[in-house]
Amino acid sequence: MMNHSQSTGADYNYTIVRQFALTTVLWGIVGMSVGVLIAAQLIWPQLNFDTPWLTYSRLRPLHTNAVIFAFGTSALFATSYYVVQRTCQTRLFAPKLAAFTFWGWQAIILSAAITLPLGFTSGKEYAELEWPIDIAITIVWVCYAIVFFGTIVKRTTSHIYVANWFFGAFIITVAVLHIVNSMAVPVSLTKSYSMYSGAVDAMVQWWYGHNAVGFLLTAGFLGMMYYFVPKQAGRPVYSYRLSIVHFWALIALYIWAGPHHLHYTALPDWTQSLGMVMSLILFAPSWGGMINGIMTLSGAWHKLRTDPVLRFLVVSLSFYGMSTFEGPMMAIKTVNALSHYTDWTVGHVHSGALGWVAMVSIGSLYHLIPVLFNQGRMYSTNLVNVHFWLATIGTVLYIVSMWISGVMQGLMWRAVNSDGTLTYSFVESLEASYPFYFVRFIGGVFFLTGMFIMAYNVIRTVKAPKDSLPALAEAKA
Amino acid sequence: MIMSNFWSIWITVLTLIVIAGCFFILRKMSKNNTGIKEGESMGHSFDGIEELNNPLPKWWAYMFYITIVFGLIYLAMYPGLGNYKGLFGWTSSNQSVRSMEESKAAVDAAKAENRLSQYDREVAHADEKYGPIFAAYLATPLEELVKNEEALKVGGRLFLQNCAQCHGSDARGSKGFPNLTDKSWLYGGELADIKTTLMNGRNGMMPPKGGLPIEDSELEGLAEYVVKLSGGEHDAALAAQGQGSFMKGCFACHGMDGTGNKFMGAPNLTDNDWLYGGSRGAIVESIKYGRAGVMPAWKDILGEEKVHVITAYVYSLSNK
Repeated sequence: MMNHSQSTGADYNYTIVRQFALTTVLWGIVGMSVGVLIAAQLIWPQLNFDTPWLTYSRLRPLHTNAVIFAFGTSALFATSYYVVQRTCQTRLFAPKLAAFTFWGWQAIILSAAITLPLGFTSGKEYAELEWPIDIAITIVWVCYAIVFFGTIVKRTTSHIYVANWFFGAFIITVAVLHIVNSMAVPVSLTKSYSMYSGAVDAMVQWWYGHNAVGFLLTAGFLGMMYYFVPKQAGRPVYSYRLSIVHFWALIALYIWAGPHHLHYTALPDWTQSLGMVMSLILFAPSWGGMINGIMTLSGAWHKLRTDPVLRFLVVSLSFYGMSTFEGPMMAIKTVNALSHYTDWTVGHVHSGALGWVAMVSIGSLYHLIPVLFNQGRMYSTNLVNVHFWLATIGTVLYIVSMWISGVMQGLMWRAVNSDGTLTYSFVESLEASYPFYFVRFIGGVFFLTGMFIMAYNVIRTVKAPKDSLPALAEAKA
Repeated sequence: MIMSNFWSIWITVLTLIVIAGCFFILRKMSKNNTGIKEGESMGHSFDGIEELNNPLPKWWAYMFYITIVFGLIYLAMYPGLGNYKGLFGWTSSNQSVRSMEESKAAVDAAKAENRLSQYDREVAHADEKYGPIFAAYLATPLEELVKNEEALKVGGRLFLQNCAQCHGSDARGSKGFPNLTDKSWLYGGELADIKTTLMNGRNGMMPPKGGLPIEDSELEGLAEYVVKLSGGEHDAALAAQGQGSFMKGCFACHGMDGTGNKFMGAPNLTDNDWLYGGSRGAIVESIKYGRAGVMPAWKDILGEEKVHVITAYVYSLSNK
């Protein structure tokens, strides 16, 4: 069996990990609160209080940037710095540079939180930040790469653990995506225009956009999964060979999938077909990660009964499997003809974002926080369990309501009368969507409530007297 | 959408390398070449985590192969590999056209060769199926069409799809977009007037200060006079002053009595219907900065048949 006490942690750089772990919780609450607010605005538009910086148009990019780059990326910083040290059995390379990545990233988040509501935007989805912030991101990201790969180079283990393959691929590719997509001609400090135009601009945008999903929100979090799932389950990784196939296939294929966001547009036919084919072939490699994670539990299934942290991790893998089945399916042109521009897309994104990204991060943090603050467990396991159910129910409410409303919208938009005119006007499909917007809002409230409970639990754990929270004796199998 | 041969070969080769790479690594890892017995640990431990040498799940590997085969078949059938056109010569639309003329030429050329794009085929199919319905409507004089309940329903649906974006679902308009349910018409409210407006569009144009030598100091008085014309409560002295400014030339379009001119779309100032707002502030703004409104021409977008039906519907809104 595994030896949990083989390394005490005293010789690792945990300061940076602690900082990023705590800000993950903070930014999670901020980003999801904005999400709940704009979900409410879709039902009650007067909630923008006629204030420009509270309008949906400005808060929506704030929400996406906050959850992806503040919450999600902080979680990736925290876990990658932690995992790379422990699996390489060495301290972080260039600790001062590492500290710079923390403060630099926080400054970037803050500048995003100010400039987006003020209306400064480059107008590119998930890359709205203006050029001075883009340059700052590039600098911090290169420093991140130096710290991460520097640590890999000075490792004391013979091999590089699979989690670090994924973290490494994520760090390199995000740098390339960010730089290429953000190329712009500045006209003032707060305004720039994309270097690309027309269909090329759209293609570059979605090459970036889909790989922000593929590399940041998938590869990065698979790295997280490959450490925290076996660690929390106390079991070896199911298949080394499976991890090799799905890693290489995943990173080779994802980069081609972007055009499926531009089906039935001015994008050339060949690009659309190619994007669809690559997205379909991507299905199996995506599931490879889910299989390897879930099968790692072989021999440890009973732990799910008592360990809500493990439950978070396993359910996140289930949502990952579900959304990576849904994704290739929606990339098929015929399906896309129904799903495109409807709430189905929004539901799909959130089954990945809430179900996979947030849940695997939350599970990992519940494993990580006690270790970082020298405790055996979280302050309250019951509250972790409550959080688990709130998060799961919230995610299910969100996805199911968006599926129904999305398919309904798609069917309404294509319904045709016997005279060839469309049966419904757009406004009628919007009116029909309101009940589902309400259910989605409730789902968001559930998920956000869970985050507040997590914050309370984390604060109590951090503030608890030294060694006052001993690990619970494992239930006998 | 033709790219140079270099880029066509480049993207084709890259595509095939990636797909073949997936195939080969899948085949290689399907066999146990590790030198370690299946199901046992690979022998390295990372922070206590070991990795087992379990085989790939068979169902998963087969699924992977199937998607690869499907992908290759699809790429043979449809465009996807550079300039290769696919076995069926399928295209979604005439993607390289840049104008209506080029589009028409492309459709004619494709028709001659019997290889229409999917979009053109669907349009042709719809024309064939629904064309007779609308041809019959077009053959009906508007005066009769407005009494045809079915035609008005069809017109209403066309209105919701094409006109409601500006004029609103209830056709009551909004600032800058005329209300179509009242009796106040910029370009005339007879059936023929409405049809002309829909077919050819309109460009409403009020130059700043009407292009007249009017000082900013006169604006307040002018607005007061306009309020007076529309029958509102007003300051008589100020309005009289404004009337003097009005006589500098506003009457040329709006008429001596302010009732407007439907031949140039100059609004009637004596009613209480306002396109850009009837408050003194809004009136001053209209005069000072001018206004420009555009109604697109629909004859090339919808065709006369559908415009004909919509005309009847729009007319019916204010002639119940």
